[in-house]
Amino acid sequence: MRQRPLSPHLGIYRFAYTMATSIAHRASGMVMSAGLLALAWWLMAAASGPDSFATAVAVLGGGLAQGLLALWLLAFCYHLCNGLRHLNWDFGRGLEKVEARRSAALVVAATVLLAVAFLYAAFFAGVPR
Amino acid sequence: MSLRSPLGKALGRGSAKQGVGHWWVQRTTAVALVPLTLWFAFELVHLQTASFDAVRGWVAGGFHPVLLVLLIGAMSWHSCLGVQVVIEDYVPHKGAKVAALFANQLFHVVIAVAATYAVLRIAFTTFTAG
Repeated sequence: MRQRPLSPHLGIYRFAYTMATSIAHRASGMVMSAGLLALAWWLMAAASGPDSFATAVAVLGGGLAQGLLALWLLAFCYHLCNGLRHLNWDFGRGLEKVEARRSAALVVAATVLLAVAFLYAAFFAGVPR
Repeated sequence: MSLRSPLGKALGRGSAKQGVGHWWVQRTTAVALVPLTLWFAFELVHLQTASFDAVRGWVAGGFHPVLLVLLIGAMSWHSCLGVQVVIEDYVPHKGAKVAALFANQLFHVVIAVAATYAVLRIAFTTFTAG
């Protein structure tokens, strides 16, 4: 096999906060991938019958699950906002360092706003339909 | 009969026009997931306190089964591709990497099939008004 060139190792770069937004995209994606299990379980419980559904709701309403749901909500808000940033990059736009730093800050601000709105609606407003 | 090796023939001929598939599907599912996940997240805010019958009625109602199956499909595929890249980047050992990639696909296929089955079962066994 021919020796292929390797990209420079992570350790030689000076830290920039855009690096944190990059790895956070992967981390939030992984967190949500694990969350698929809860979604599938919840739907299967609703399909199976009232007893299964009651069990699922009891577990998902518990302290640990509620904490995880809040984490998934935060991960979703971040991955959504940063995902739009990635899609914009795919058009070749906003790739300059200054622009990337500005959009990183914008993504964090949008994430906080979106997450606060969702968390408030989901956990505090108690909005029945 | 040629004495050239298969690798020698392939080198320098460009890609097999398949490498872009992963990248492209990651983007198309991403675009689809923007409206689908936002819709589902808004609905979940209400659904988390809903009763058994209310949840089933919502799942089965109107166009919801279609949207839910689309959501499950796009989300599972997008998630599978994303986790695959993470495994490829961070699991250096060949055997462990292959095992992890296998487990990743198995996980996502099972999740997608189970969730889709659940939605269809609810849709076909729940009668909603209108």
